[in-house]
Amino acid sequence: MDSRLVDDLKKLLGRQGVLHQPEDLLLYEYDGSVEVARPDCVVFPASTADVVETVRLAARHHVPLTGRGAGTGLSGGALAREGGIVISFARMNRIVEIDAENQRARVEPGVVNADLSLAVRHLGLHFAPDPSSQKACTIGGNVSENSGGPHTLAYGVTTNHVLALEVVLPSGELMRLGSAAVDPPGYDLTAVFVGSEGTFGLVTEITVRLTRLPETAKTLLAVYDLVDDATQTVAEITSRGITPAACEMMDGWTIRAVEEYVHAGFPLDAAAVLLIEVDGLVEVVEAEAEAVAEVCEKHRARSIRVARDDRERDLLWKGRKNAFGAVGRVSPSYYTQDGVIPRTKLPATLRRIGEISRKYNLAIGNVFHAGDGNLHPIILFDRRNTKQFQDAVSAADEIIEFCISTGGSITGEHGVGMEKDRLMPLLFSEADLEMMKRVRNVFNPTGLLNPGKIFPSSKGCGEIYVRPQPAQTVPSR
Amino acid sequence: MSLAASAISENLRAIVGPQQVITDSERLRRYLIGGKTPKAAVRPGSDQEVAEIVRLAFVEKLRLMPTGAGTKRDMNIPVGEYDLALDVGRLDQVVAYDPGDLTLSVAAGLPLSRLARALAEHQQFLPLAVPFLNRATVGGTIASGVDSPLRQFYGTVRDYVLGMEFVTGEGQLVKSGGRVVKNVSGYDLHKLMIGSFGSLGVITKVNFRTFPVVAATRALLALFASARDAVGMRHRIAQSSLRPLTLEIFSPVAAQLVFGDLVARGETDPRSAAAREISHWALVVSFAGAGRVLERYERELRQFAGGGQVALLDETSTAGMLARMPEFSPLALASSPAAVVLRMNVLPGEMVQALGETAFAAANQEVRWAAIARGVGAIDFALLPGRDDEALGRAGRVIDNVFEAFERRAGSVTIRWCADMWKETTRARKTSRNDLEVMRRIKHTFDPSRVFAPDPLAAWT
Repeated sequence: MDSRLVDDLKKLLGRQGVLHQPEDLLLYEYDGSVEVARPDCVVFPASTADVVETVRLAARHHVPLTGRGAGTGLSGGALAREGGIVISFARMNRIVEIDAENQRARVEPGVVNADLSLAVRHLGLHFAPDPSSQKACTIGGNVSENSGGPHTLAYGVTTNHVLALEVVLPSGELMRLGSAAVDPPGYDLTAVFVGSEGTFGLVTEITVRLTRLPETAKTLLAVYDLVDDATQTVAEITSRGITPAACEMMDGWTIRAVEEYVHAGFPLDAAAVLLIEVDGLVEVVEAEAEAVAEVCEKHRARSIRVARDDRERDLLWKGRKNAFGAVGRVSPSYYTQDGVIPRTKLPATLRRIGEISRKYNLAIGNVFHAGDGNLHPIILFDRRNTKQFQDAVSAADEIIEFCISTGGSITGEHGVGMEKDRLMPLLFSEADLEMMKRVRNVFNPTGLLNPGKIFPSSKGCGEIYVRPQPAQTVPSR
Repeated sequence: MSLAASAISENLRAIVGPQQVITDSERLRRYLIGGKTPKAAVRPGSDQEVAEIVRLAFVEKLRLMPTGAGTKRDMNIPVGEYDLALDVGRLDQVVAYDPGDLTLSVAAGLPLSRLARALAEHQQFLPLAVPFLNRATVGGTIASGVDSPLRQFYGTVRDYVLGMEFVTGEGQLVKSGGRVVKNVSGYDLHKLMIGSFGSLGVITKVNFRTFPVVAATRALLALFASARDAVGMRHRIAQSSLRPLTLEIFSPVAAQLVFGDLVARGETDPRSAAAREISHWALVVSFAGAGRVLERYERELRQFAGGGQVALLDETSTAGMLARMPEFSPLALASSPAAVVLRMNVLPGEMVQALGETAFAAANQEVRWAAIARGVGAIDFALLPGRDDEALGRAGRVIDNVFEAFERRAGSVTIRWCADMWKETTRARKTSRNDLEVMRRIKHTFDPSRVFAPDPLAAWT
């Protein structure tokens, strides 16, 4: 990178605000995915004005620019695929305003997801989207990826909670989209911006809707001897019209990894567990918990345990939310997928994943948002073994192809990024992708903002894709 | 251009068949919008036919107006001269319905009433209680962005549309989103279609998540001497653990318009003196659940009503009330030949002030008015003037006052519904928003030759 650009960035942001030595850049080669890409420089703006000036400098030098929150993303969205500047929002982490009366908050993009909920808890409110990485991931990253989480089953994903954005376009234009009041007239630019994976602009402020905390919640742990029984339970809960706040599943392999790590009391000999939460008014929760338990029993749940208090509930959730960390302890490398299927196809899909696991002789754990049909098969491999790595990628592709064949999608919440760009043609026609590109060009006409993401490169999707191998294994989520 | 005789007309017939091209002036009257009739109407029978028609329009530089049942023609969207009505009425199929997955894919011309019947067979529904519910189509509902009182609980279309297919101004059939309830693959282009009035594309197919029918539904009616008191109850509900299905506040005239005759016919609870007395501001809140849940709602809502008179409606009266509530704007238009309905979107904490200032402006100009405020902060404020020039002038001054007030207030105001006479005089207004240029670029991206006649962006300069 041109040293004059680095000097200009240092003048703008101070010496502490710019990293460009190779050893400093190492951390920024990674996010939570298996992808790797090293930036030429990482900058840390402290204000929107800093962001505008940084973007202008990058544009003047024709250097790619990629936004980054906490780097917990699972599709390479925050990696500088074509080098250039990574713009980290770590310093822009203020909660600007909490408006309890209107149940709104204005935050900078670097605010950690869980910190916002903590800050409004005393008001009886929370920020509903709760990715498993919520203790680290930032709201700016959530907006870019349209993140989900276990409780999005009832509460919706990030886009359902974002009302307005302040954004800096790659041209350096500062723009406000949407409004704190509902239904701003004109085209819904906010809705199309959320989930654009950092390819439209850099978000510098977010106005979100806050949600009232439920009066009470009940968390049930249903234990099964057969995976099929667990998946049948989920399908019936959905088709009966019961909408739990969350409905998560872990298979036996994952349960054992988690239990050794978290000691939440998950049964080591089970084939699967469902973690189902119902929340709301006391009267509603009692009735729904009974209905859920009835469905679990009908499908031969071996036992149904209701968390007795908040401590036990937190422990069960800790087990679920740390599942990926637990896997990291038992396997040198793993690859997490994010396919989505219609919920009635859960039993068939898990059977298919079992077949794929046997075909490649690779262990595949399953821990996922069953109520949404959003799968997270975790394929274990050893990166030092080239064949295993290739097999893991092939197994993942077969799983995704099966998801698509059921009418599903290649990603439910992790994003396309640089991980699934080559799969996009399996889901979208050339005309669909061309239109998406043209809309990206409205915001990002030079393509210098977060290049190499979402859209397949000129290579056909049928070609074998070999990922660069990471220098070391990084635990992902 | 004389379409009937032209090669274009022949081309249209070649695409859709001779029966589906309408050029007879009598039959074209149903496509009248803002005093303008098209030279022809064409009724495609498939997505591909829609795409071919738009491609023809693109090549021949024709201007198209996508239409469904025509129930939005009193909405205030700038439409210039146009050549061709593209009537999607024949695209009326339920394309796929998976009750077990609670997902649905339908063609855009499907009437909501038929859709509701298909869903009801499986005890499901869509929370689209929108104006002209008996006639409106899926496509028109999405394209116009009309909202539903049920948004209090279920959110808006933006929250439960999973994907769409549409034809762009170049005649490309494009899809975005999908048919599963959680999906982040690709950009959510379909969300740009919501409320775009067909200015970006012709919607051909819409995928929804559906919802299970709720248990017994009841409504509570509370009457207050002032808007402030009614909104006070709204705030107390918002700060409680209750999660009502709908929450609407009616001005006295709005209450008369929407449920006055229900009361007169004795369809609300006849034992309730309160229900008969609607010269006050009324808050109607509906909720659902089994026995103990309903008791809890009733108990707490009665507390939240404070000094207001309260009536609990039985299930039949509740259903009647819920069916009438979405019809406020049509009822307002029917009640006055020169009606105009302003949509004001404000933060809930500013509802009282917005209502108060607007009512003051209307009273000052001696213009009769009626308003419904949704609990989320969306207010429909109807001005109901006489149709003489002097009365129209006074109503025009009220509108100017309201727009000026919103230059200083967060939120937005638009003329949402109006009699045709207002469409002629409604002028583009200045805006301080700086995303207008991006919106124009979006329009150009979807429709570079301006094939689609509606132009919602023309409301601003």
